[in-house]
Amino acid sequence: MSSHIVPFKTYFKVFLALLVLLALTTGMAYVDLGGFNTVIALVIAFVKMLLVMLFFMHLRQSSALMRTVVVAGFFWLAILIGLTYSDYSTRTWIQPPQSWSSSAPATHP
Amino acid sequence: MAEHSQQAGLAHQFENLEQQRETAFLGIWIFLATEIMFFGGLFASYTIYRYFYYSAFAEGSRILSVFWGALNTGVLLTSSLTMALSVRAAQLGKRRRLMIFLVLTMLLGTTFLGIKGIEYHDKFVEHVVPGIDFAPAGRVLAEVAPGGLGHAQLYFIFYFAMTGVHAIHMIIGIGVLLVILFQAKRGKFTTQYFAPVEVAGLYWHFVDIVWIFLFPLLYLVGGRY
Repeated sequence: MSSHIVPFKTYFKVFLALLVLLALTTGMAYVDLGGFNTVIALVIAFVKMLLVMLFFMHLRQSSALMRTVVVAGFFWLAILIGLTYSDYSTRTWIQPPQSWSSSAPATHP
Repeated sequence: MAEHSQQAGLAHQFENLEQQRETAFLGIWIFLATEIMFFGGLFASYTIYRYFYYSAFAEGSRILSVFWGALNTGVLLTSSLTMALSVRAAQLGKRRRLMIFLVLTMLLGTTFLGIKGIEYHDKFVEHVVPGIDFAPAGRVLAEVAPGGLGHAQLYFIFYFAMTGVHAIHMIIGIGVLLVILFQAKRGKFTTQYFAPVEVAGLYWHFVDIVWIFLFPLLYLVGGRY
C-alpha cells in the first residue's frame, strides 16, 4: 500500500452498500423463509465482511503476503469448524459395545 | 546511510519506510489471524449449541431488541467509514482532518458501548442474565424451550460472552485510537510515515467485522414474524 489514495467517493459508496445490506438483513428477519433465513443472513454478512476487508482494510492494494496471511487465518478457522462439526456429526456412526454401559450412549453435548 | 537520520519515523533496523510499513502490516495481519481463531472458537461452539437447542436459542434471541442491535451495527459501520477517512487524511498529510476523523471514530465507538450498556441494563431488568435470578418475566421459556430454562440460559451465556468479549475489544480499540490521536497532535505523522494510523485502522475494522457477524447470529435467530 504505497501511493494509491482511495477516493472519498469510493469509501462513501462502500459505506452506502454496507447500510443497504444492513437494512436487508434486518428486514429479512420479519419475512418467513424458514431455514433459508439463516443462509441469506450469513451470505449478507459475508459480503459485508468482504466489502470492509477489500476497501476499508485496503486488501485490494495490499501485497500477496498480506492476502496469504488472511487466507491462512480463514483456513485455520475452517479446520476448527470443520473438525468440530465432523466430531458431532459422526457420533452415532459407531456404537460402544453393549458391555461398556447400561445406558444409551450420549449423542448430545 | 545519510537518508536514515533524515527519514522521520524510520527505525534503524529497516532499510526504508516501505519495508518498515510492510513489516508492521504483516505483524497486525498475523495478529488479526489469531483473533479470527479467538472469536472463531466462540462462534464454533455457538454454532454447535444453536444446532442442538435451536428453539431455545430462537426464543432467547427474540428477547433482544432488533432496534438497538441494528442501530449499533449502523454506528459501527459508520465508525469504519470515519476510520478509513482518517487513514486517508493521514495519507494526504492533513493533520487536522486526521484528528477530527479519529475523534469521530472514537465517539462512534463510545456510542456503541453506551447502547450496549442500555441493552445490558435491559437484560438485568428482564431477568435474563444467566445465574442472576434467571426467569424472563412474562415469558414462559420453559414451555417453548425443550429441556427447560437451562437451554435458554445457555443462549444468554453466549450472548454475554460474545458481546462482552467484543466490547472489551472495542474499549481497547478506543484506547489505541486515543494514543494515535495524541501522536497526531504532536505532529508525528507525515505523508511518508503514517503506518500506525493504518495499523490501528486494521484492528478497528476487524472488530467491526466481528460485530457484522454477531448481529444476525445473536439478534435475528428464528425471525420475528
